[in-house]
Amino acid sequence: MTIPREEMLKIDNTPPRKSWMEVPPDFSKGKFCYPSQIKALEYLKMPNPREWSPTDEDWKLPPNWQEIIHKGFKERLDKYRSLKVFMDVCVRCGACADKCHFFIGTGDPKNMPVLRAELLRSIYRNDFTLAGKILGKLAGARKLTTDVIKEWFSYFYQCTECRRCSVFCPYGIDTAEITMMARELLHLLGISIHWIMDPVSNCTRTGNHLGIQPQNFKEIIEFFCDDIEEITGKRIEPSFNRKGAEILFVTPSGDAFADPGTYSFMGYLMLFEAIGLDYTLSTYASEGGNFGLFTSSDMMKKLNAKMYHEAKRLGVKYIIGGECGHMWRVINQYMDTMNGPADFLEVPKSPITGTVFENAKSTKMVHIAEFTADLIKHNKLKLDPSRNDHLKVTFHDSCNPSRAMGLLEEPRYVIKNVCNHFYDMPANTIRENTFCCGSGSGLNTEEIMELRLRGGLPRANAVKHVHETFGVNMLACVCAIDRAVLPPLMNYWVPGVSVTGLHELVGNALILDGEIERTLNLRMEDLPGAEGEGNDDDE
Amino acid sequence: MNVQYMSALIAVVVLGFLAYIGTEFLGLNSLFGIFIPYLAVCFFLVGAILKVMKWAKSPVPFRIPTTCGQQKSLDWIEQNKIDNPSTTPGVIARMFFEVLLFRSLFRNTKAGIKEGKITYEWEIFLWVGALAFHYSFLTVLVRHMRFFLEPVPGLIGIVETLDGFFQVGTPGVLLSGVVLLGAVLFLLSRRLLIPQVRYISLMADYFPLFLIIGIAGTGIYMRYFARVDVVAIKQLAMSLVTLHPAIPQNVTVSGILYVHLFLVSVLFAYFPLSKLMHMGGVFLSPTRNLANNSRMERHINPWNPDLKFHTYEAYENDFREKMIEAGLPVEKEA
Repeated sequence: MTIPREEMLKIDNTPPRKSWMEVPPDFSKGKFCYPSQIKALEYLKMPNPREWSPTDEDWKLPPNWQEIIHKGFKERLDKYRSLKVFMDVCVRCGACADKCHFFIGTGDPKNMPVLRAELLRSIYRNDFTLAGKILGKLAGARKLTTDVIKEWFSYFYQCTECRRCSVFCPYGIDTAEITMMARELLHLLGISIHWIMDPVSNCTRTGNHLGIQPQNFKEIIEFFCDDIEEITGKRIEPSFNRKGAEILFVTPSGDAFADPGTYSFMGYLMLFEAIGLDYTLSTYASEGGNFGLFTSSDMMKKLNAKMYHEAKRLGVKYIIGGECGHMWRVINQYMDTMNGPADFLEVPKSPITGTVFENAKSTKMVHIAEFTADLIKHNKLKLDPSRNDHLKVTFHDSCNPSRAMGLLEEPRYVIKNVCNHFYDMPANTIRENTFCCGSGSGLNTEEIMELRLRGGLPRANAVKHVHETFGVNMLACVCAIDRAVLPPLMNYWVPGVSVTGLHELVGNALILDGEIERTLNLRMEDLPGAEGEGNDDDE
Repeated sequence: MNVQYMSALIAVVVLGFLAYIGTEFLGLNSLFGIFIPYLAVCFFLVGAILKVMKWAKSPVPFRIPTTCGQQKSLDWIEQNKIDNPSTTPGVIARMFFEVLLFRSLFRNTKAGIKEGKITYEWEIFLWVGALAFHYSFLTVLVRHMRFFLEPVPGLIGIVETLDGFFQVGTPGVLLSGVVLLGAVLFLLSRRLLIPQVRYISLMADYFPLFLIIGIAGTGIYMRYFARVDVVAIKQLAMSLVTLHPAIPQNVTVSGILYVHLFLVSVLFAYFPLSKLMHMGGVFLSPTRNLANNSRMERHINPWNPDLKFHTYEAYENDFREKMIEAGLPVEKEA
């Protein structure tokens, strides 16, 4: 990003003089996500595939688009009590305003969660309430015009569905819920973004967002095993699509594809090798993430269905899920409801420690951090945390595992056992108060980099604090999107801080039986104090 | 100047004048003293019940609590049973703190930028203001039951004694009324003074504030300054609750009382149509009133659709040859 940091920090949050209803959205370059392509929408059989751009005057909406929105809105009000209540009860107290990372980073009043919701509420009042029909603008109602649709597209794709505002709302109004509804409505008109619909279409066909075909998926994992062999002297032979394995392991495909997620994938493989776990990977269910969550509840259900479908086909006892943020919202809050009951699986029980995971007795799916924390607690892993001594680590709670699950202590416990230097960021910025990476909910696309850097500012600012105070140089996380987007965020705001997954730290500290003396870490860098022959060319 | 608050202010002033002129000059005492109050109460009851029923009619398809603490997982990790409840008693405790103590609002912080760094301060005033407002309103409401009940229950006496704890002036100053007016003025001033809050505020936000200022103002005026005939007011109130409505004939009831009563009636009637229904809505908020136990117990979505997804079979059909070549197991050989 070429904008200097000082410029970026000049955030003007004085609201415009004009009423927000009269301020049009900004569709200059870099301010919007590219729309989805015809072929993705056609493959997914979604409405109104066409060539269009947000900069066009005419968005080529279907002729009866107002009717479509009205009907779609009504249908969703009837299906979701959340939407109905959230449309009615907001008192506009403003407590949510400066809780949103996008508002803090941009100063744009429509990024205040309350006003983001008003974009939808104003139409709700006009179409469905008496006061709105009689009093119009005085009651905060307005007519549905194409400008409203354009505004929705702009601002419901400037929300990462992180739910931080809902922690502070006295009525628990959850903007994620509102954004999800608004995006569903936009989909009815064929308005969506490439960065979400492309992964969704890929995932449907190949089983993962990146469109990795089965043979390539296997190859990639085998490359990891080559690296592990070089580092540890041990050859790992993971199985694929193997029937009769005890456990199916599913992790986001980002871990197979992009650094530093790849190192965490190596960490998983090493961990399972160390404990002799009877598990298999699937090329069909090779995606933990679910961009359907950012599309529609139907799409989320269809993509998520593969996990149980594959677990049933392979005859495994239960599923372990890797490190991913929104994946775990889907698993914790939606999966069993949508695609259960998983009565063909067994209540998860660690074959190593005998621990029964009562908290997952219905979904039959355990988070890898829960699984590993249990192993460590029972002393089942040989660990040498000093291999991570060159790292001063802090932990970024991902939005969904913290606010839609409550996975807070498990990863911290693991980190503290595999690293000697751990420093939490300030309390206002972690755990349930955690700040989004700024690129969640499918917004991790390149063309809106400035917006992402602005949205990630509160997170980066907290990292900067521990970087300056304690010399923190490593930001750990349990989310594949985090691993993809935090490196550029750190690079811009807090140079000198790298990003790692939890299980990369585990893999580095883990002592495998019969391994050679390690001189390299999983990134093929020399371990400090060890005389290695690794590559020094990456910094 | 802002059309949203000006229109709300004008509306309340006009309403007040209507009642005053109507009763002092036009003799519409029965309209303002009997007919409208009855209508307003009916409107309130029916409206509020219908609204809650309308909400309740929509199902809660997914279990979506906002978790604000450690989940229940491994035995040795301490769960935050209130902010991340996994059981019904936990949810009840969470709702207790939410509804009665405004737990979420208590968390409020204020973000700012100082020397290139973002800072967060604990911002307690909104919570204090909101708590003061709601509890003083409740106290005032309970105190007013004195007018509608004969004999006056002991509890109301106790509330009044506590309310008049400071024993200043005659008649003794009741704290609740003063706090109510103060809190409403605070809430109004933050709406007017904080630029962001002013930007999002609608007439619907100012109207109830002005209405309550009018109600509290006329109430305080009647108690401490006008010294209205309390016996006559009680006579009117009792006639209303016993369903034998009658305007007291031998004594005069001040026009200000009718203004007070009319504004209260408007508030009652307005309630179900407005954001004031947050009083009922807070109980139905799915991010607060559900246990985070959806991995332990299956939550049912009544409209769970049956959808076709891309099955393993379709996948293998697509990639069979490549899978065989890569040595991946397949269901059907080519």
